[in-house]
Amino acid sequence: MRKTRIAIADHAAEAILFNRRIVFSVIVVLVLFLVLLLNLYQLQVVRYEEYSTRADGNRIKLVPLSPNRGMIFDRNGVLLAENSPVHSLELIPEQVADLPATVTALSALISIDADTQERFYKDVKKQRRFKSISLKEHLTEQEVAILAVHLHQFPGVTLEARLTRNYPYGDLLTHALGYIGKINEKEYQALEAAEVSANYAASRDIGKSGIEKFYESQLHGTVGYQEVEVNSRGRVIRTLRDQPAISGDDLYLSIDLGLQLKAQEALGENRGSVVMLDPRDGSVLAFYSNPSYNPNLFVHGISGKNYNLLLNSPDRPLVNRITQGLFPPASTIKPLLGVLGLESGTVTEQTRIPDPGFYRLPNVSRRWRDHVEWGHGYVDIYTGIIKSCDTYFYHLAYKLGIDKIADFMTKAGFGRPSGIDLHEENEGNMPTRAWKRAKHKQNWGPGDTINIGIGQGYWQATPLQMALTTATLVNSGGRITPRLARNFHNQQQDQSLLVPLEQAITVVDPNNWAISREAMYRTAHQEGGTARGAFLGATYTIGGKTGTQQVINIAAGQKYNAKAINVRHRDNAMFIGYAPHDKPEVTIAVVVENAGGGGSNAAPVARQMLDYYFSPQYNAPKLPSIAEIAVIQQQRYDAMVLREQAYAEEAAREKAAKEARKAAELQRKSGNAIIPDANSLPPQTLPAGQTSPAVATSTEQTATESNPSPPTTTEEKPIDE
Amino acid sequence: MSNQEHQTRWQRWHIDIPLLSGIVILLLVALFTLYSADGQDLVKVEGQALKMIFALGIMLFLAQIHPNTFRYWAIPMYIGGLVCLLIVEFFGYTAKGSTRWIDLGFTKFQPSEMMKLAVPMAVAWYMAKHPMPPRNRDLLTGFIICAIPTLLIAKQPDLGTSILIAMSGVFVLFFSGMSWRIIGVLVALIAAFLPVLWHFLMYDYQKRRVLTLFDPEQDPLGAGYQTIQSMIAIGSGGFEGKGWMQGTQSQLEFLPERHTDFIFAVYAEEMGLMGVMALLALYFFVISRGLIIASQAQDNFSRFMAGSITLTFFVYVFVNIGMVSGILPVVGVPLPLISFGGTSLVTLLAGFGILMSISTHKRMLANQ
Repeated sequence: MRKTRIAIADHAAEAILFNRRIVFSVIVVLVLFLVLLLNLYQLQVVRYEEYSTRADGNRIKLVPLSPNRGMIFDRNGVLLAENSPVHSLELIPEQVADLPATVTALSALISIDADTQERFYKDVKKQRRFKSISLKEHLTEQEVAILAVHLHQFPGVTLEARLTRNYPYGDLLTHALGYIGKINEKEYQALEAAEVSANYAASRDIGKSGIEKFYESQLHGTVGYQEVEVNSRGRVIRTLRDQPAISGDDLYLSIDLGLQLKAQEALGENRGSVVMLDPRDGSVLAFYSNPSYNPNLFVHGISGKNYNLLLNSPDRPLVNRITQGLFPPASTIKPLLGVLGLESGTVTEQTRIPDPGFYRLPNVSRRWRDHVEWGHGYVDIYTGIIKSCDTYFYHLAYKLGIDKIADFMTKAGFGRPSGIDLHEENEGNMPTRAWKRAKHKQNWGPGDTINIGIGQGYWQATPLQMALTTATLVNSGGRITPRLARNFHNQQQDQSLLVPLEQAITVVDPNNWAISREAMYRTAHQEGGTARGAFLGATYTIGGKTGTQQVINIAAGQKYNAKAINVRHRDNAMFIGYAPHDKPEVTIAVVVENAGGGGSNAAPVARQMLDYYFSPQYNAPKLPSIAEIAVIQQQRYDAMVLREQAYAEEAAREKAAKEARKAAELQRKSGNAIIPDANSLPPQTLPAGQTSPAVATSTEQTATESNPSPPTTTEEKPIDE
Repeated sequence: MSNQEHQTRWQRWHIDIPLLSGIVILLLVALFTLYSADGQDLVKVEGQALKMIFALGIMLFLAQIHPNTFRYWAIPMYIGGLVCLLIVEFFGYTAKGSTRWIDLGFTKFQPSEMMKLAVPMAVAWYMAKHPMPPRNRDLLTGFIICAIPTLLIAKQPDLGTSILIAMSGVFVLFFSGMSWRIIGVLVALIAAFLPVLWHFLMYDYQKRRVLTLFDPEQDPLGAGYQTIQSMIAIGSGGFEGKGWMQGTQSQLEFLPERHTDFIFAVYAEEMGLMGVMALLALYFFVISRGLIIASQAQDNFSRFMAGSITLTFFVYVFVNIGMVSGILPVVGVPLPLISFGGTSLVTLLAGFGILMSISTHKRMLANQ
């Protein structure tokens, strides 16, 4: 109470004290406002550029526009690869609350099989959450209609329409055209490494093989951009700038669709290949490898079932037999080897060599058999080629030596990449001394050279090389570079893709080349020629040479009996040729696998091809309609499935038979054993590999003394017709 | 003289012309900014305009009341407010994780808003009973009057409001002549208390906001998003601004909370640094006027109230602009008079009503 009394207010002093506080407050307010202003000055003036850029970065987005892929036509302008619209069902995982539930609900509306769903979930894991992933592609019109009605129930699910590749002729051109498919991680990295990934900003697909891959950069076109303003949810408010995409260039092939259809027809159910070239400019007229497959399966995302079917088929449809199939070229090399003999002076037109049915090196007991057991008598170069006398060429090869042969044949086009416009090419093997030392750690022996004389032994060539070297023969040493594609076409200009002829071999006497061609002409047209039967009654002249390449060895003293051995161990039939004889326009190589002799199995295919080429129909082709092709393609697909079923059944039967033999063998052994109680030692305790070598006996392992083992995976052995 | 008559007429109506004009100009700026910020929604702008008129009515109503009446009602209001806060504590309505409201059925009432005025009033009432400068034990009582509602509101949790309410009380203590030595000790204590606050009292989301302040880019899509987008908006406005309704950050909706807490960013983007300077000048004018009213007030309660109301208003401006421009953590403080919303507008204008009452009743007192 005392204190309160003492505390008497001094109003003047209070006012002064309060006003001091007010002044102090004003100063603080001013200082803090200044702080705010300085900071805002920093933001709005000093760092204006930075924030301005970031504001634009927020609102301006570049939307890439995908270019239309260049179309592909045959030499007459028939459309072989087109862009057609497809609808697909797409999901953006980020925007879908319950992914599995949504997928289940959608599959109740339209059928989405388990395979597709599995692939979808795999894609979901691989891709970023805000990117759209297709759940089902190639929706039918009915499916599109159903989905359009129900779409509003599924946030994050959209129907997309885009252009995709379609190959109307299905499996007819697959090995030439290849196909496109979704860009995978590896391809994307390659694009980034080549600094072209920006061009693919809107592209989903890329050439995976064939022409589509080889000419990818020009077919693809140039990406376009749309600069748009978006709001915070990414919705486009307006377009600021528009730079349209530039379509890829259209590509015209040198392939003729009519010939292609003819090749497919001529090969029928046989495995094999037909390749036809123009020796004047290297253009490829026909290019068909059988069996083939429908590339549209891959474009649309192939199902696991179909992919396994193609991958595991014993017919190997995925392999391009023309550029990847390796065969010893067999007797088809005889005309060229003859040219070398003449050019090098090792033999002359008149040189005659006795053929008792075999060839033997001096002081060596080993015999190289001729395909005619009793021989051809005295043989000159004409007979050697016309009748395909092995002994003549054993002798010639031995005299020439491997070095000369390898050098000449490599220049002609063997053992080297042909330069064709495909990435899928195997260069084969033209063996040399150095090659054998490096590969087999052995010296080249005289026997090796003798096998080379009939195009066998270590020699490996593709059917394309056979047709290509035939062109070299036709051109007297001028080597072509084969080209599936003739020219690109765009608004500005036509750009030819053909490569000029290269004089690879120096000619000593042009007549030497003419002699071999003359022999080939007689092979097809003269009594006794190996190809005469196939070309009887032809309205044009041709030069040809047959070849029969044995897949397995025939033991000395045994005879080849096609019926007795496994289908896949029967001889491969080959034929090379050119036509017309006096002014060649085409060269052709035909390989029919496991068909038997070349004269009776490969030459008739070439006959059909050439008949068509020289018929009036060639210039006025009657092509099947798209509907007809669709039916044919379905039939071919069904046939493939049936074939594969048969193969699988056969394999199962063989396996069962083998196991039964093994079991019988085991039982016999354990029965002979001294152990009294057979049951106490069950057969399973014996490891299968240790049972007995006799169990493993099979026909294909019969060895011959006459020939060394060639380096291929398949056991192909010489002996020729 | 007519001027003299003029002044007295306004005075009779208890209207402080400089303060009113400052406020009205700010409210007009608010309406234009809101129209641009909220997608040109005229209905919403009209609604806000109605709220403004309502709040102005309250202001003018309070201006008619003599400051002594406020002093008389200070303690009942304070105690009523505390009771409401306790009701909130036990029966409150919860939204967005915090319990701040009492559901009255027809509307929701936020007692902490009332406390924004009741606390400084109660402290001013208490401090005015004693001569300046206050004795230590009076100061202690003043602090306790501040502390009780502060803690209750902090518990809701509404850290921003609780700190602002505590400040409004502390401003009264400051104006009552609290010695600089004690102010120094208090600042030291607060500094020492900060780590305790950080480790034991702050929620994770509050900590994140503070951390975000130091490096908003650390979490550009999460806690830092608001700050980054608002700094981009302000910075990209530049000196002259993008023009009214031309701000891309706001018009394309990159800016969050653009009609409420972050409306300053919309304004700064569209009006640029020039507009910002004008706005700050306007605020400074209103604050100056408030402080002048305080210094001319004729009793201590009026002085303390006027000073506290004005400085609290300043703190709102400073904290909001500071957080929007990235130098203070994001606390839910609206930009006074500009941000959309009715509650804070009513509280603010009620405060200005008390200011006007103080301003317009003093001469009558002197005339008597």
